[in-house]
Amino acid sequence: MTSQAVELDRERLLRFLRKMLEIRIFEERVEALYREGKVAGPAHLYIGQEAVAVGVLEALRPDDVVLSTYRGHGHGLARGVPMEAVMGEILGKSVGTCKGLGGSMHAPISVRHNLPMATAIVGSGLPIAVGVALGLKYRGKDSLAAVFFGDGAVNTGAFHESLNLAAVWGLPVLFVCENNLYAMTTAISRTFAGESIAARASSYGIKTYTAMGNDVVEVYKTAHEAAEHIRAGKGPAFIECRTYRQRGHGGYDMGVWYRPAEERELWFSRDPIDLLYSRLRELGYADEKLRASLEEEVGRMVEAAVKVALESPVTDFNTLLDLVYASKV
Amino acid sequence: MAVRELTYVEALNEALREEMRRDDSVIVFGEEVALAGGVYKVTKDLLKEFGPERVRDTPISEIAIVGAAIGAALAGLRPVAEIMFFDFAGIAFDQIVTHASKLRFTSGGQVKLPLVIRTQYSLGRSYGSQHTQFLAASFMQAPGLKIVLPSTPYDAKGLLKSAIRDDDPVLFIESGSLYVNKNYYGYKGPVPEDEYLIPLGKADVKREGSDVTVVALSRTVSEAVVAADMLKEEGVGVEVLDLRTIQPMDYAAVERSVRKTNRLIVAEDSVKTCGVSAEVAAYVAEYALDALEAPIVRLNSPPMPTPQSQPLERLYMVSADKIVDAVKKLLG
Repeated sequence: MTSQAVELDRERLLRFLRKMLEIRIFEERVEALYREGKVAGPAHLYIGQEAVAVGVLEALRPDDVVLSTYRGHGHGLARGVPMEAVMGEILGKSVGTCKGLGGSMHAPISVRHNLPMATAIVGSGLPIAVGVALGLKYRGKDSLAAVFFGDGAVNTGAFHESLNLAAVWGLPVLFVCENNLYAMTTAISRTFAGESIAARASSYGIKTYTAMGNDVVEVYKTAHEAAEHIRAGKGPAFIECRTYRQRGHGGYDMGVWYRPAEERELWFSRDPIDLLYSRLRELGYADEKLRASLEEEVGRMVEAAVKVALESPVTDFNTLLDLVYASKV
Repeated sequence: MAVRELTYVEALNEALREEMRRDDSVIVFGEEVALAGGVYKVTKDLLKEFGPERVRDTPISEIAIVGAAIGAALAGLRPVAEIMFFDFAGIAFDQIVTHASKLRFTSGGQVKLPLVIRTQYSLGRSYGSQHTQFLAASFMQAPGLKIVLPSTPYDAKGLLKSAIRDDDPVLFIESGSLYVNKNYYGYKGPVPEDEYLIPLGKADVKREGSDVTVVALSRTVSEAVVAADMLKEEGVGVEVLDLRTIQPMDYAAVERSVRKTNRLIVAEDSVKTCGVSAEVAAYVAEYALDALEAPIVRLNSPPMPTPQSQPLERLYMVSADKIVDAVKKLLG
């Protein structure tokens, strides 16, 4: 499919909008539940970064393997993991993806959606993606392993070891860096040496792209091209998506004191959903009425998921020991 | 059944070879394992037989080595990754402890990770403080991991084959001393030609005796066997119990032996604090105190890093002589 076709495909663009609204409204509800004290533990919200998950995952295939992080609710929803399972996990219930044993930071894990891992440790998903890709290549499959991580991850040793090994072995890995400019409260300008994340990746001889991470169409096209590069057997690819989290690091953090007001205003004015909506309106594909009805529909869906999750029992503690090992000794 | 003598290294090599022939999902990677056949030749000629897709040299990247094993297991393979020295496992602690051991549970049982991390510790080879650490106990705090320590060629082969077929992540800790030092009981020994497996999680009585139990693991089994044979000549019966797997631990076997001999010595190649020996001693104190006729004795290294100088390292290590002395003292 050509890039032009992507741009003009009304159905696809509306699907992007719908997916992004699902993540946004879901996360706003998680935030509200957090404030009500119903979410125990951390909740790293994806609000503001929706275009990355949707753009990348819409460009991939169901048989591609996706590895996520502690900021992964959006990855799970974009991948099609049922809302009540993700919400159930965030609320620690048996209906959750991981029976409530993983919680928010592992909520997107769903083997049936080829999303077998979400790490709570910055940078640690990358080497695992390299291994998944090794397995896929060894089995002669033309699917790939896509791994999400943030700008904080690029300063870990795991990042460097993984990019190097993926390049040396020519493995089908799609590295997706969601550069939201902050590792917790620390600005990337205070921790990053060198020209850019993309330049760092490309120094490993890896095909590297930079995308405006708030523009879902640009992310989609970039991911599509990167995936084609990988499937052509040309080795790994790397996308640096420049984006912004519209909330703090976790639910406890409002994301205010360490980020200049002008910067926040600038990035809030580039809201990924508003950006896509403006484009759709210009193309005559959507109007206020459509958006409102979509939001209402998604809102109902989220409420239904919350209801299921809240009403779900907690997993029986007596069953947990059976989940430690796959084979008993 | 025909039996030949194999070295510890040859037995490990044969286990890898047999499992790779049996199952094409078994792949091997690590530093120096392919072209060089392993620094200690455990992976000798595997590249020749199985080719570069299945036998791979890696960069010096322990995080990526273990991470790649986890990923390959998620993708349905049975990777055997090598960490050249146990000390280097520290670099990959996050991948081993925080990822490999926890992913199954944390995912609510959705995934399984059939992978083996082979490594070895080289206490007894004058390699200094950073190539001799016996860190096994550190990894016992990670439920989800299985930890196996072969002490003889027979065990090495049977246990490695079982570890590769096991559906959980296995930390397989070999002894560098048993690779190279011909004087050790565990350096060379009988290995049947026919296929066999040794189940994980089962301790093994290496010498039977009724006066005192010496629980040992990996290299210290060789010391304990020598000590037992020496004491036998003096009419003292030492039961040498080789733990073989320390996670899950065969507590029942420990208790059985202690209830038979009523005396317990634990010999381990690490410092005493919170070692495997501490775990064994605590178990017996908690569940079999009534069986003891004397205090438990732990034989470990003194609380300092390993000195490099060969004579000093010898003094630092648990030895057959130290075990003999401890037994004599215990029996009064």
